Amino acid sequence: MKQGLFEIRENIPLTQNVWKMTLQGDCSAITAPGQFVNIRLDGLYLRRPISVCDVDGDRLTLIYKVVGRGTEKMSQMKEETLDLISGLGNGYDLEKSGNAPLLIGGGVGVPPLYLLAKALKKEGKYVSVILGFNTKSEIFYEDDFKALDCDVRVATADGSYGIKGFVTDALCGIKYTHVYTCGPEPMLKAVYKNITTSGQFSFEERMGCGFGACMGCTCKTVTGYKRICRDGPVLFKEEINFDD
Amino acid sequence: MTDTKVTLCGTVLDNPVIPASGTFGYGYEFAELYDINILGTFSFKGTTREPRFGNPTPRIAECASGMLNAVGLQNPGVEKVISEELPKLSKVFHKKVMANVSGFSLDDYVYTCEKLDKCEQVGWLEVNISCPNVHGGGMSFGTSAKSAYEVTSAVKRAVKKPVIIKLSPNVTDITAIAKACEDAGADGISLINTLLAMRIDLKTRRPLLRNITGGLSGPAVFPVAVRMVYQCAKSVKIPIIGMGGVSSAEDVIEMMLAGATAVEVGAENLVDPFASKRIIEALPTVMEKYGIEKLSDITGGSL
Repeated sequence: MKQGLFEIRENIPLTQNVWKMTLQGDCSAITAPGQFVNIRLDGLYLRRPISVCDVDGDRLTLIYKVVGRGTEKMSQMKEETLDLISGLGNGYDLEKSGNAPLLIGGGVGVPPLYLLAKALKKEGKYVSVILGFNTKSEIFYEDDFKALDCDVRVATADGSYGIKGFVTDALCGIKYTHVYTCGPEPMLKAVYKNITTSGQFSFEERMGCGFGACMGCTCKTVTGYKRICRDGPVLFKEEINFDD
Repeated sequence: MTDTKVTLCGTVLDNPVIPASGTFGYGYEFAELYDINILGTFSFKGTTREPRFGNPTPRIAECASGMLNAVGLQNPGVEKVISEELPKLSKVFHKKVMANVSGFSLDDYVYTCEKLDKCEQVGWLEVNISCPNVHGGGMSFGTSAKSAYEVTSAVKRAVKKPVIIKLSPNVTDITAIAKACEDAGADGISLINTLLAMRIDLKTRRPLLRNITGGLSGPAVFPVAVRMVYQCAKSVKIPIIGMGGVSSAEDVIEMMLAGATAVEVGAENLVDPFASKRIIEALPTVMEKYGIEKLSDITGGSL
């Protein structure tokens, strides 16, 4: 982890309430897809954790949904400097992917899978991607995954685009060796029940510090108590305890 | 040349800055960022007799200039703290550490304190009788002078190291509790723990914290803390560690003027992991600005 200043280079809406922010700064602490950054915003006491969508040299891309005061503030920013703590969390483990990894993202769970897809493609893997959204107007990044030459399927809950239903309704026929997923907890639970291989699941929790000091985001796992910010946000399927 | 040294219960600290319990883990997350040996000392994560998971999440909420937490004393229990955490800490921190202890009965407090008292690395025992986030213990010991007296004297009988009692601000008259601790033989007091607080989510119309209530900390509570440190400094002779919303070298000096011998930094470590380092490094300049040569001289300077 590293604290540093980043310059906002671009901040544009992708859908009605999902935004893409591109920043420039020292990204050297970001060592794995699935990690996050913690952003300090004027007038708000706690930092805001946002997952890393892409890193390219000193360019950092974040995709966030406007859900509260912090993300609303972010969406109004133009050319400002942001205080970021970067390289937080464990991130996804690429070594477990096998030859044909499957990436499943729901809503704003999609962004961290982009950097992961890029890394897996670089290693020559056959990458399948299922993106789930509520409705057609909420879809983003379908073309970006296609541009990476991933096999992309989109599911919408209302059937307005792609496969009608949830991400699990799009599983049929895909041959995969390992699953990487990020999305709302009901989706993670459904993926957990439906996949036939091992997998890695990225979780979300309200955080205090974001680097493991305050114990604000601890969850119970099969292998003990884990801080989502430090020991997660990615947990292996066999560690997950959905009962608690 | 400015002198930032202070003496806390017989031990000289290089400076009065002490990261507060629950905001600094067992030190190693911060040791990755900077050399934590620059600290006066730090108070490690509140430790209990048995391991504790703590409260269900969400445990954290925010407010203007502050935060609420309802962690609920998550810790691996005293045996593991001694067998695993302290040996790990010894690799990155070479000063005496402050052991923070919580309990649910007099026996708990005595048991845990006795164990930690025997640890070479431990310099002081900070006995938390003020956690607002646990049921049937914690704060219930710190909200009556009688029980504060009982805990203090029971622990004092059992240990050799200095005992500092951490007080709750959630009382009508904190000086009565402070005096009870002093009468029972406490070597010092630390205050304030967090203020009992609550937030409600407008969308769900439910409390933001699963525990419903939590403890408020951060700059929002600083003036309350200064007031209580001042009141206690007027009432007791034992040293006081002042804390509550401290986020700058100026705040450290203000706390000391109110009567604090040393100062704990809490929530600020969570939003700025370099906060304690930043404060320590700023102290000489701020001291010069206010004509302070020897920091320990200003304790109680406003009384």
